[in-house]
Order: sequence, then structure tokens, then C-alpha cells
Amino acid sequence: MTGSFRFGTPQILFGLAVAILVIFVAVPVLLIFFNALWVNGSLNIADMVKVLSERETYKALINSLILASGVTVTGTIVGTFFAWLVTRTDLPYKGAMKVLFLVPFMLPSFIGALAWKMLLSPRSGYINRFFIETLGFPGPIFDIYTYQGIILVETMYLFPFVFIQVCGALERMDPTLEESARISGADLFTITRKITIPLVAPSILSGALLIMLYSMAHFGTVAMLGIEAGIYNIPTLIYERIHQSAGSFAAIRTGTVLSTVLVIAAALIIWLQNRVLSKGRYQIIAGKSFRPTEIRLRGLRLPLLAFCIAYIGFTIVLPTTTIFLVGGLKTYGLPIAVENMTFDNYHHILFEWDLTRDAIWNSIGLGLAAALITMFAGVIISYVIVKMKVPGKGMLEFLGMLPFSVPGSVIALGVILAWSGKYGVNIYNTIWIILVAYIARYMAFALKANSAALEQVHDSLVEAARASGATMWQALRDIVIPLVRPGMVAAFFLIFLPALRELTVSVLLYGPTTRTIGVAIYTLNEDGETVYAAAMAGVALIIIVTAEVVVKRVFKIEK
Amino acid sequence: MSYLKLDAIDKRFGNVAAVSGLNLEVAPGECVAMLGPSGCGKTTTLRMVAGFEDIDGGEIRAGDKVLSSKAKNYYLPPEKRDFGMVFQAFAVWPHLSVFENIAFPLRIRKLPADEIRRRVDEALRHTNLTALADSRPDDLSGGGKQRIALARALAIRPKVMLLDEPLSSLDPHFREEMRFEIKDIQRRLGFSILYVTHDQSEAMALSDRILVMKQGVVQQIGSPRDVYYRPANRFVFSFIGLSSFLRVRFTGGRMQVDDLALPFDAVDEAPAELVGVGEGVLAVRPSDVDFVDEGGLRGTVRRRSSLGEIVDYQIAVGSQTLRVQKTRHEPGPQVGETCGVRFAMSNWYPLTDASEG
Repeated sequence: MTGSFRFGTPQILFGLAVAILVIFVAVPVLLIFFNALWVNGSLNIADMVKVLSERETYKALINSLILASGVTVTGTIVGTFFAWLVTRTDLPYKGAMKVLFLVPFMLPSFIGALAWKMLLSPRSGYINRFFIETLGFPGPIFDIYTYQGIILVETMYLFPFVFIQVCGALERMDPTLEESARISGADLFTITRKITIPLVAPSILSGALLIMLYSMAHFGTVAMLGIEAGIYNIPTLIYERIHQSAGSFAAIRTGTVLSTVLVIAAALIIWLQNRVLSKGRYQIIAGKSFRPTEIRLRGLRLPLLAFCIAYIGFTIVLPTTTIFLVGGLKTYGLPIAVENMTFDNYHHILFEWDLTRDAIWNSIGLGLAAALITMFAGVIISYVIVKMKVPGKGMLEFLGMLPFSVPGSVIALGVILAWSGKYGVNIYNTIWIILVAYIARYMAFALKANSAALEQVHDSLVEAARASGATMWQALRDIVIPLVRPGMVAAFFLIFLPALRELTVSVLLYGPTTRTIGVAIYTLNEDGETVYAAAMAGVALIIIVTAEVVVKRVFKIEK
Repeated sequence: MSYLKLDAIDKRFGNVAAVSGLNLEVAPGECVAMLGPSGCGKTTTLRMVAGFEDIDGGEIRAGDKVLSSKAKNYYLPPEKRDFGMVFQAFAVWPHLSVFENIAFPLRIRKLPADEIRRRVDEALRHTNLTALADSRPDDLSGGGKQRIALARALAIRPKVMLLDEPLSSLDPHFREEMRFEIKDIQRRLGFSILYVTHDQSEAMALSDRILVMKQGVVQQIGSPRDVYYRPANRFVFSFIGLSSFLRVRFTGGRMQVDDLALPFDAVDEAPAELVGVGEGVLAVRPSDVDFVDEGGLRGTVRRRSSLGEIVDYQIAVGSQTLRVQKTRHEPGPQVGETCGVRFAMSNWYPLTDASEG
């Protein structure tokens, strides 16, 4: 044995980790920046500014900002209010309410947008028509194709970010912090204002920033509801440009410039969030078991319960029902009545139509493949980051977490730049390019879950295996992998479930036979095939909810 | 004259009686400690006085003011009771400076700004925090945080302070220091204290009277001396300080531990009703047992361990075991040797004691 460099398992792992991250994450993202900043082989900031000052791009930037700010404000208010209601008051059925408020998290927002379009589009929306035709209103009561409409729909699906964070903070908070204010003479309202809210402010803020991050990069709702009225945000404009010009240089360039702006904005938000989390978080975790005093709602108890039920009915039950009912209509626009209903649409998309059947199998296959590959890649990379003492692992961590702050449209664009033949491999228009993009997009999920599991595995466990005579490889196989299996399973489902309902990435990458479920719904809707879009959305909802419920069950049993 | 008065207090959680028929009066300037194992109802009692828990029976009064009354169906919320309270886990607000933490109850009472400053400065002085007024609580140690909590409770100059195991989150070193500081501040300001603890030495050091509770029922209320030297029952005896018990039979004017005669001259030493029953329990503190060369109760040393300053013996007496503690300067037998013991001080309890349930 010599002290010189040896080529063994650690080196293979390290090499693999670097290769995966560079090929799947670094190259696409760097190509975006390169194409945005370099024109004809030289740095050209002026041209970038020129692209940004074009009316349409400039407008899209402003729209992204308006929509994201609007959704952040409304989502934060809604999320904080409901969180307070289910944790700190004597609202009846709090537990059930808490679960119901989390349901929007598993429903894809573009399906919600589709439902709201069918309910509230100015002319053909069922609610508007009911008011005009039956109640004799002069015009629509609400136009969903507006900024307000988009903000409202996005709020319904994004408020749980704040809800979860604030619920957690309020539940873990030491109740004596509030009791000591009470014994000091403060009434419950003053305590809420001066003690409770300031103490959970970091959680509220961090949830709000998450809403902003997602809303800024959000494609589905804006595409469904905004394009009709000419409201584009950055992701929908990227889509529009790439799609219309089929990958012309000017379109790609606009896309890369917009992407760069989006990445910078997202990075800024993430940086702010990290600051809030590291600096602003107080030690408010409870030490003792006494439950916090519940605010007695008294006369407001039943009205607030009714309000919560109405909110859930309006934002979950109504749109979901609408999807299934419209999916069963013989023709879009017919009144919803038994004589107009048929199962033919569902039968057609499930058993006859190749486009929709392909889409279902594509999504399931892509989800499984991406989840499996990314799960294993995630273990390797996390192992290098968490357990190996190698130089440059900070860089690896940065690369791995990068997709968190890189919106889906940007990843898709980067993948187009990298894999459409310019560098020797052309998988454009095949299913593989979507898989490659999914791997990049979900890598951060796998790293988070696996790192958390690996950090629990103490080094001495591996050292004990090595001391017992196991090789590095054997120690990995027999000790580390079994111990991090829960993290791997978590990573698998953290990827599989969102991949099932993915739209933003695949809509930029799909070809004639490589539609995903999301793309199929989106394109059917664009082509005016509304009943098929709805039926497909209904099928998607069943698949997604079933998968979610099964996964939750299995996890419960394991715990 | 009493300031705080608890009259026949009952509290149930579901079907479980957490506190039953509790009576207590706390005089002005008096410190009363509530002592007992966890789950005995002492914290619940304190929280009923504070107003965080409603009562299911009885009445709580402060001076001539009713705080809670079952009969009158009356309940004054905690913010109206004007008590100072210190919690186990400090409960200082991390988003407010030390000064603002202490000023909070005064601002709630809308005192003028200069009065607030004066009172906060005073509270800071009492708790030696003056230099840290502008710090953030999270920059202070546990002891520092507990000082803030104490200063905050002092700021409104309450007549009664409620302390909920205020020292149990502190390092042992700080604990002793804070104990004397609290006592010192109380002497200077003259408020009453109702104090919850499960640490008997803390209760002994701080309080004028101790209330010992078990399963929601008061076992004894008395001075620390009374509770230590004249425990009302076997539970109190064993809860306060170390204890050792011997089962004793009375037959034909003699007292016996198994077959061994006790070194007392007559049955007169034991209470007459126990002699009548024919059996009883002799309770001794291990440090109240003396070794004697001749006579005494005979036993064999089974174990001898040095705890530093103290030597701990286990003596087999018949089929029973007696625990003895002597300082290391006092001579004592070795393991396996037989020895005689006498009791400098002892108590008698019935064999079937209701407190041992």
C-alpha cells in the first residue's frame, strides 16, 4: 500500500456525483446564461437590455411581478388566517379542517384553472351564464380572464405554503410565552397582535416568499387564463416564443434573457428566505405539555365554521365537480343535466384515443423513471456531500440545490439548448429529453430527502463495518443503504407524485407522441376540445389523488 | 389576616380528580411552597390561582376580591388578576428587548412613559440586569432569562407572585444562587409567594410553609421543620428527605422487628392505638440512626458505600433492611460485621396507611 492516489470506490462515487450534476444541471443552466449574455462570441449586455426593453418582454416582467405580489399578499393573508383558526381557536372540527386546507396542495393548479375557466369565463362560464340567463344580470358577474382572476385561482392553490409554516410555528410555540403576556394583563386580542403574530412573523414571511417563488415561475394558471386576455408572465412568454417560432434564434435568445431574469429573481427570493430562516427564527419551541389557551369564538364559532366549509366547497369541491361534470357532457356549452351526460368521453380518452392513452402512460413511465434514476443519483451525491471529506463538495451542494431556484421553464429551455444536436446528442422531440429535464428538475428533492437521512447515519456505523472487514462498497451496500432506505423511499415519492402532474417543463419539450397528462389537458383545451380536456383532467385527478392517498397510507403504516 | 385564600377547591380533568377539597391561606409577605411528585395537582392548583384553569368547586379570593367561584359561577380572566408569575421555561419574548419585556405589563396598563422607565429601572436593579437592558433575551443565559422573567413579574409590584418551578430549567449552580436572590427580593419588597416545586430542598430553603400534595389531596401543611420532623403520614415522611421503615410487632408488652427485640424500655414509646392493633411502622431518617457497641437492635452490615462526605450502610435486621448514613468521620462497622443500632429520632405510623395507596 502506498500513499499515492488510488482508484477505488470513493473516487468512483465522487466522479459519478460530479458527472451527474455537471451533465444534468450545470450544463443546461450555464448554456442559458451563456446564450443570454454572449452574442456572436462576445459579451453583449446592451443586446440583453434591448431584448428586455421590448414592449412584450418588459410587459411580461411587470406582469410576473404584479401576479406574484398579488398572490403573495392574498395567499399570506388567507394562509395565516386559516392557520390561526385551526390552531388557536375553538373552531369545531379543527382537525378535519386542517387536513382539508391541505388538499389544494395535491391538486394541479392548471386543472383548477381549467375548471374556473368553465365556471367564470365571461361568456360561456356556467356561473356567469346562470346569472345572465336565469337571474337576468346585464353582464358577467366576474371575469376570470383578468389579473384578479389569475391571482384568485393561484391563491387557492398556493396559500398552503403559508398555512403549513404558520400552523407548524403556532403548534410548536411555547404556550407560556402567551400565558406570561396574559398574566401581565394583556387580553387575547393584544396578545395575538403583540406576542403571537410577531413571534410567528418569520414563519409567515418564509411561507410568503415560497408563494412568491412559485407564483413568479408559475406557468399553468397564467397560460390557461391569461393568454385569452393577452396577460403573459415570464414563463408563458417563453413558452409562446419557443412554440411559435419552433426554436428560432431570436426566440431562444428572448427565452434565455427572460430565464436569466427569472433565475436572478428566484435566487434573490431564496437568499431572502434563507436570511429570514437563519436570522429571524426565534427559539419558541415548547418545553412543557400544557396546551395553549384557545380563543373562544363564541358567537362567531358557527359562522366561521360555515365560512371554512364554504371556502373548501368553493375552492375544492366546486371546481373538482365541474371537471367531472363537464367531462361527461355530450358537447361543451350544454346545460348540466342528466339527458346531456354521457360516459363516451371518458371511454374515448381511456380506451380509444392514442393521444390521451399515450399521455397517461408517458406520465406514469416518466414519473417512475425519473423518480428511480434521481433517487439513486441522489443517494450517491448526498453521500459525497454529507459523508466524504473532499474538496469542492460545497460546489456540488450548490449545483444540486440549484434546481430549487431554477424555474421549470428555465430548465426546459436549458435542456433544449444542451440536447438538441448542437453538442452531438439530439434527443429533441423524444421522450428522453423530458426525462433528462425531469432528472434535473427533481434532483434537489432527492438530495434533500437523502441528505436528511444520511445525516442520521453516524460515521462510526460505517467505521465499525470497515473495522469488521467490510470493504467501502460492502459497507455502503450492507450498512448505509439499508439505513437511508426511508429517505430514498421519500425521495422516490417526492419526485414521482409531482412528476405525474407536471406541465411547465413538458409543455416546452413535448413532441407529437410524447405528450404528458398535463400537456394533453393543456393542448386539448387550447384546441377547443373542452369536454375532452375536462374528461382527461378528471382521469388525471383520479390517478393523482389515488397515488397520493396510497403513498400516505403506506408511509403511515411504515411509521 | 390572609391575602390569598383557596377554599375547598376541586378540579377534574374528565373523570380524574386532579385536585380535591384543597384549602390554603397565604398571609401577606408569606412564602408557601406546594410540593409533591409530578401529576399531584400542584401546578394545576397554581394555574387555577393564576386563572389559566377554571375551578370545578370552591372559591379563590385575593384580599376582598373574588377571583374564581363555583357557587357564584364567577371567573376573573388571568389578565385582570394582577399577579406576577414566573414560568418554568422562562417565557421571555425573544422579539422584545430586555427592557421591553419588563415594560410590557406596564404598557398594557397604560402607565405614563416616565413612570414605566422608573419602574423598569427599579425591576432591573432588583434583578441585577441594569447593564443588559437593551440586550436581546436570546443573548442571555438561562439564568439571565429567568431574571428577566422575574423582573417582568416584579414590574407591576404585585401583592402575590406565582412561581411555577422557576428554577428547574437552570444549571444546579445558578439554581442555588437564584433561590437566595428570590428570597432576598421578597424580603425587600414584601410580596407573598405561592411556589410550585418538586425539589424538597428548594421548598425548605425558600418557604415559610410547605404544602405537600399527593394525587390531588393535601397531605400536610406546615412549617419546613414540621414537615421534616413531624410528617403527617408515611408518604410525607418518605417524600421529604431520606427515609427507612421497619415493620414492628407488639406482643406481650414487647416490641419486635421479626424476632429481634427493639432497644426501647417499654411499649409506652409507641402510640397506644398502634399497640392495640398489634403492629406498626417505625420511620427513621438514616442520619438519625446511631451505631452502639452493646445493646440496641442487632443487625448485620450487608453493604457499605462511601458517597464522599457520607458513608451509606445497608443493615439487615431480621428479614428487613435498614438504611443508615453517617459522616465519614464517625466510626462504623464493616461489611459482614454485626452491629447494634439506636434511633435518635423516630416516628410511628400505622401499618395500613391511607397515604400509601
